[in-house]
Amino acid sequence: MSSAATYMPIATTTLGSNTASVTFNSFSGYTDLIIVINGRTTRANDSDAVQIIFNSDNSNSYSFTLLYGDGSSAGAGQASNTSSHTLGRLIGTSSTTQPSMLIGQIMNYSNTTTYKTILGRSANQITNNYGVYANVGLYRSTSAITSMTLTPAVGPNFVTGSTFTLYGILAA
Amino acid sequence: MATVNPTLIATVVVGSGGASSINFTSIPQTYTDLKLVASIRTTRTGSTQDAVALSINSGSTSEILLQTDGSSASSNTQGGYFGYVDTSSNTANTFGNLEIYFPNYTNTTTYKSFSVDGVEENNATQSYIMLTSGLYSSTSAITSITINGSGGNYVQYSTAYLYGIKNS
Repeated sequence: MSSAATYMPIATTTLGSNTASVTFNSFSGYTDLIIVINGRTTRANDSDAVQIIFNSDNSNSYSFTLLYGDGSSAGAGQASNTSSHTLGRLIGTSSTTQPSMLIGQIMNYSNTTTYKTILGRSANQITNNYGVYANVGLYRSTSAITSMTLTPAVGPNFVTGSTFTLYGILAA
Repeated sequence: MATVNPTLIATVVVGSGGASSINFTSIPQTYTDLKLVASIRTTRTGSTQDAVALSINSGSTSEILLQTDGSSASSNTQGGYFGYVDTSSNTANTFGNLEIYFPNYTNTTTYKSFSVDGVEENNATQSYIMLTSGLYSSTSAITSITINGSGGNYVQYSTAYLYGIKNS
């Protein structure tokens, strides 16, 4: 294994209380970004979409296509011109011991020429409700991404103890 | 010194005699997350897929699978089986590949959630893509991981690599 540092921890937070949103805003100098979330939201009896916006931009500049499995059937969906991107889904408060996880990848986030592509992948154990979830998103902006804010779609909060870590990937 | 991510913790390369399982034990508790990358083929015959099962700390796991075989997609629940790999009935020299991610594996407060991305491509009409959501229902830290086959042993050149990832 090379000793080169190519997968760099940029920032991490463990929520000390229920929190409505998490923002990262200092991550220059990398090629790609990876965000890893392990936790839940306060939505009752369901899973909850995790929405992300970049650069405080909540204009209708996002779109995504998704694939999901709920333990009995597979499905797919698509949305265009949305005010945020759904990165994945976390479990709600139906279980106090089950966490869920979400990994998001934002490619070439600092370029000022093209729109930005995002991959999302989440896992929870609520059957009949997006237990397996994968999607690809698009942020239609040529601006470099300098900040990102994550919120639960229903929540209204991420629960205490949820962890959020942002990594930067350096080009070889 | 800068954090080196991911850090290789351990490697398993199956030798000429084959192996019935792949084991990682005494996993150091000094990382934040774990990533396990495996390339596996089994000796199973009569089927072009072999389910692989995950055991954590010698305990069982539960899974929801989303998969496609190249013609349709489906989803089901499993108890331990997290994906499929190539068998002796598949095209020669093809291996199924799996990547498993375990966040916060050392925490002793919550159960452990994990995800699996897998492929079983073999230049035939039936190949598989698998996305899996998994859960280890224990608050114990993960100290060992075992991958077991269901229909055959792992063939020579099957490999598994365990990496550690630090968040600071």
